[in-house]
Amino acid sequence: MQRMFAVGLCLIATLSSTSICASSIETGDEALDAAFDLLLNKNFNIKKQGLEALVESGHPKTVELLEGVVNGTLRYLRTEKKLVWQRQSSEGLIAIDALADDELGLFSKRKFKRITVNNKLRSDIRSRLAGLQLDNPDPQVRLNAVQKLMADDEISDVQLESIATRIDSESDQPTKDAMALVLSLAKLRDPQEDVRLAALDSVKNSMTPQVRQRVAALASSDESARVREVATSIQTRIERRISNWSKVETIFFGLSLGSVMVLAAIGLAITFGVMGVINMAHGELIMLGAYTTYLMQQLMPGQPGYALLLSIPAAFVLTGLVGIVIERSVIRFLYGRPLETLLATFGISLILQQFVRTTISAQNVAVVTPEFLSGVWQLNEALSLTLNRVYIFGFCLVVFAVLLMVVRFTSLGLHVRAVSQNRDMARAIGIRSGRVDALTFGLGAGIAGLAGVALSQLSNVGPNMGQAYIVDSFLVVVFGGVGNLWGTLISGLSLGVINKLIEPWAGAVLAKILLLVFIILFIQKRPRGLFPQKGRAAEQ
Amino acid sequence: MTARSFLNTQDKFVLAALVLIAVAVVVFNSLPEGHVLHLPTYSVTLFGKYLTFALLALSVDLVWGYLGILSLGHGAFFALGGYVMGMHLTREIGDRGVYANPVLPDFMVFLNWNELPWFWLGFDQFWFTVLMVVLVPGLAAFIFGWFAFRSRVTGVYLSIITQAFTYALMLAFFRNEMGFGGNNGLTDFKDVLGFSLRSDATRRGLFVASAVALFIAYVICRRIVTSRLGLVSIAIRDQEDRVRFLGHHVDYIKISLFAFSAVLAGIAGALYVPQVGIINPGEFSPLNSIEIVVWVAIGGRATLYGAVLGAIGVNYAKTWLTGAAPELWLFALGGIFLLVTLFFPKGVAGVSWPSKRTTR
Repeated sequence: MQRMFAVGLCLIATLSSTSICASSIETGDEALDAAFDLLLNKNFNIKKQGLEALVESGHPKTVELLEGVVNGTLRYLRTEKKLVWQRQSSEGLIAIDALADDELGLFSKRKFKRITVNNKLRSDIRSRLAGLQLDNPDPQVRLNAVQKLMADDEISDVQLESIATRIDSESDQPTKDAMALVLSLAKLRDPQEDVRLAALDSVKNSMTPQVRQRVAALASSDESARVREVATSIQTRIERRISNWSKVETIFFGLSLGSVMVLAAIGLAITFGVMGVINMAHGELIMLGAYTTYLMQQLMPGQPGYALLLSIPAAFVLTGLVGIVIERSVIRFLYGRPLETLLATFGISLILQQFVRTTISAQNVAVVTPEFLSGVWQLNEALSLTLNRVYIFGFCLVVFAVLLMVVRFTSLGLHVRAVSQNRDMARAIGIRSGRVDALTFGLGAGIAGLAGVALSQLSNVGPNMGQAYIVDSFLVVVFGGVGNLWGTLISGLSLGVINKLIEPWAGAVLAKILLLVFIILFIQKRPRGLFPQKGRAAEQ
Repeated sequence: MTARSFLNTQDKFVLAALVLIAVAVVVFNSLPEGHVLHLPTYSVTLFGKYLTFALLALSVDLVWGYLGILSLGHGAFFALGGYVMGMHLTREIGDRGVYANPVLPDFMVFLNWNELPWFWLGFDQFWFTVLMVVLVPGLAAFIFGWFAFRSRVTGVYLSIITQAFTYALMLAFFRNEMGFGGNNGLTDFKDVLGFSLRSDATRRGLFVASAVALFIAYVICRRIVTSRLGLVSIAIRDQEDRVRFLGHHVDYIKISLFAFSAVLAGIAGALYVPQVGIINPGEFSPLNSIEIVVWVAIGGRATLYGAVLGAIGVNYAKTWLTGAAPELWLFALGGIFLLVTLFFPKGVAGVSWPSKRTTR
């Protein structure tokens, strides 16, 4: 009784804007204090006045505070007279000053008092919030606010009003479009037939789920036959566009998978395709590249992005050197004996795997995806591409282009081609074939390392990761035609797309099996691949 | 030609050793427990396992050493034979499974299947199983060879598609929908032909069966490679085109020997499964197939006994090393690969491989 009296007194006091009694919240901002005094009142009509006062207060944290009230996350400490957020810590609940953002220390759970609101008030706050956010100077905040309203099925007239008054002055085009869409969506519910028809016409290019839902509802159960007819045609139009975009998406996924296959195989296209060396340790060189990324990130804590960029040259050099060592110490003794090369390099792959297991860990390691690679690229409502896949696709093309340049236009490339076409003749005209072999193998191995850097962003990095790529890589090279870099690119990308096209109706594993069977049969038909070498080199 | 004349000295030595060891193992195992010379039953099973591996290595040597086909997918035929036997043993469990279903294996009950798929029919009969142990790997190899050899896929290309073949089968058998127990494979066998798999006598019996199979297969393989067929196959290995021009049906010789080799591998698998008590898709993994090639390479190609010795030797080393220092096993295996290819290209047996440098 006494308390009610005190509150009543305070109410009078605040209404008359004089501070006779101390507020129950002290923030340092009088308008805010007054607003919260009203919000803490038990009477919901008075709370509503508090809400208005809070919106009017113009305090920079208004939106945050209002959201806190709606979600029930904003609390207050009665004795300290502070608005706080609570945070769980190992010792207990910590109060954080909602205005100053500093920690106030540990408090028992009972000290955190709720600011109670009912559903009516909550929806009021939401609509005011929307209005506030629509006036935010940041276009992204405005866009988010509009999109939130779009998802809201029970959008109120007040909210629509607040959008309608702002749409003309809106400078940001995506926000403006979204606002128009919200208004059209509301008009689709209009009682007047021609308003609905006009609205239908205005949404015909949209693919947002809300529009699809609403149009579908109109197509099936609008009372006007004309509206139903128009809605049906728009519905099929929208669905057709969406299915077209999803085809684009499938092809993108296919190209992405293909680019991974190309990256994994392109080093092999050099060592196997150009030199004729069956390098079963190719997968392990990819793994070494991925581990280089991991080690670089360990060396540069907190800088995963720079570490990733730096690991591109580092991995190339490291795996390239490993490749040169392998070539000089093992493979050069085995030229002309492909099956034995296969066994020896397989032995190397086992040793490399166990080496990583012993020195680093038998478990998979965590490679961080830097910020610029995470996230999606939203092309439209129906198509969003994950950024890391886009980048890896680009990376694959760049690596391919550089490699092609090296083989075509540098003296190393010339020597490589000369040695691979006719070793004896190349030696006779003074090319040091041993050195060329080592460098070529190093180049192929270095590219495997680059593939490892890229793959560390997509798949698990562990001692066994190389094995997953070795069979695929060989098939890509053989399918494309040994000794043909373009063949490898085209075969990798097309195998990726075919895989993704089969996947929807066959499932991932069966698609993979079908692809393997397809390649096995293809090799029967054309043992030299898609683009066989012609002329004298073909018989080698 | 008398039955013994085609066997060379090494053959006689290896076969005699096989008989001796087999008899010794059985005798020592039969001694009462606690006797100084008593051989524990798990060792008997271990030896039995080595013998099936030796048979598998023999099958690879037949096509690699004498025909020049480096198959990186022979583990697939071994696993197929193993699965056939596994299906029979699974059917023999009957209603003693976890779900006590008299017809359906446990994993099918678990997957809510209502009836036995058609390809499981007949496997309750032992004669049918034996037939399938021969037919399934043989037919698979025949079909594969029919496509591969007739379109003249050779050398490294062939090796890579054999690897893709076993890889594809592995992925397929990992699927639950295939009806072979998926990831877990087939296991929990109770008995074979009514004899409990847990009893010492059955284990001895399986060991003896493996030894007999190896003995017979060895003699047959030697008979083949010393016959005219064997001579032609060696010629194919060394100069395929020339043999073709001489009018021999290279494709059919390759297909038939490859299929026969696959049958041997399948029989090895069928003998392996009851002894180790499990068959799962891991047997199809490309690594397993390559390991077989290593046994043969270490023992020495084109010798037959090299394959047998290599398989037993490497697997003995593996058992010992994975027990003593597991982290060293892959180093050792990889090192053996390098040493053998670089310094002992003819393997331990080191004989009769013509030192011809093929053009690359």
